[in-house]
Amino acid sequence: MWALRGIDFTVAAGEAVALLGPNGSGKSTLLRILVTAARPTLGDVRVCGVPSSDGDRVRRHVGLLSDRPPLYNELTAIENLKFAAAMYGLQASEEELRGALADVGLARAATARVGTFSQGMAQRLSVARAALQSADLVLLDEPYNALDAEGLRLVDQLLARVRAAGKTAILATHHIAKGLAQCGRVIALRGGRIAFDGPTAQFAASPLAEEAGAWA
Amino acid sequence: MTAFAREWQRTWAVARKDLLIERRAKAAFNAMAFFAGLVLLTFGFALGPDVPVGEAREGTLLQQLAPGLIWVTILFAGVLALDRSFQVELERGGLDALRLYPGDRKAIYLGKFIANVTIMLIMEMLVCPLAGILYSLDLWGRLPGLAGVAILTTTGFAAMGTFYAALTANLRARQVLLPLLMFPVLIPVILAAVKATGLVLHGDPMGELGSWLKLLGAVDVLFLTTCLLVFEYVLEE
Repeated sequence: MWALRGIDFTVAAGEAVALLGPNGSGKSTLLRILVTAARPTLGDVRVCGVPSSDGDRVRRHVGLLSDRPPLYNELTAIENLKFAAAMYGLQASEEELRGALADVGLARAATARVGTFSQGMAQRLSVARAALQSADLVLLDEPYNALDAEGLRLVDQLLARVRAAGKTAILATHHIAKGLAQCGRVIALRGGRIAFDGPTAQFAASPLAEEAGAWA
Repeated sequence: MTAFAREWQRTWAVARKDLLIERRAKAAFNAMAFFAGLVLLTFGFALGPDVPVGEAREGTLLQQLAPGLIWVTILFAGVLALDRSFQVELERGGLDALRLYPGDRKAIYLGKFIANVTIMLIMEMLVCPLAGILYSLDLWGRLPGLAGVAILTTTGFAAMGTFYAALTANLRARQVLLPLLMFPVLIPVILAAVKATGLVLHGDPMGELGSWLKLLGAVDVLFLTTCLLVFEYVLEE
């Protein structure tokens, strides 16, 4: 059994790439390899010039925003952010963290326990958590799931901030329109192989674009 | 910030987070306290409070067996805390997030270890007086010796227990496997704890206590060092 095969691509610094594909095509596995949560059986992966075998150095360059926000239900929103900041080795003040919460519309929920949050609120907190770390490569795994219109705007804003800072972003999503709108390049996976790799405009004009409608 | 200060910040963050969660949820503590109280009571009823131990020794059977009973109760109750320490990470994908933070993973192990030691010592502060009342033990005059044995034993137990809790965290049968894997390795700690507690409670005419405490200390250092060195690989998928 293999999840990915023959995957070969390079992403330039500052590029935003949409990683598209149907369920089970290998998008999440690819992101897990890039973030060192999984190891490839064969092959060579380099992230920001660092081989993926050097997990600690790779993790210093990579940030991940996934649809399963890694938060603690018994902690408040601000305590969750404090914990993440400490784990990233940041020295963020309470004011800065409250500011980060205000940026995602959670200022009034700062001292509420995350266990009482809706999925959308938790995802917003996850966006604030991801924004804390100024990673060189930001990986977004289905970040639009369970978000309301305001939440969608916040993820777009995060992506825009990443791009404006000249950082690299890889966005794995079923939300095809969002992927095409936010990224200049598309890598489409099908059955664990690359089915398309090129500019967004070229993807939109390709026969795959029609098929992609069914991936959403 | 120096690398040491950064790693200490991460260690303290993990410990503080775990203690805060436990203080609010009390999931492990309530289960431990209930279990420990029930076991101590059951032994008390089963063995009877006034059964003499024989002519060769003073005191009742319960008093003579108390060191073993107390440690069996504490260590089995402690398994609940160890299991909970990584269960809390699995609830919302936190274990993956812990894996993905940059920095030395020893900080995660040490943070969890500190939290487990703290939770267990608090539980011991409740279990020992309860055992003292139920088994008619004079603990007050022997407090420094008992505290020394408790700290050394809990350190060794939590050092190995935190490691095995991480190792079994993703397994479906982890609640069965955790004690099965952990207790055989902990035999030196358990034996030394029971012997040392017995010597503290019943007197030490041959001056053996120091040797048992040294054994506990040496095992603690060995367990902590080994687990710190290999923890990195336990968190790998």
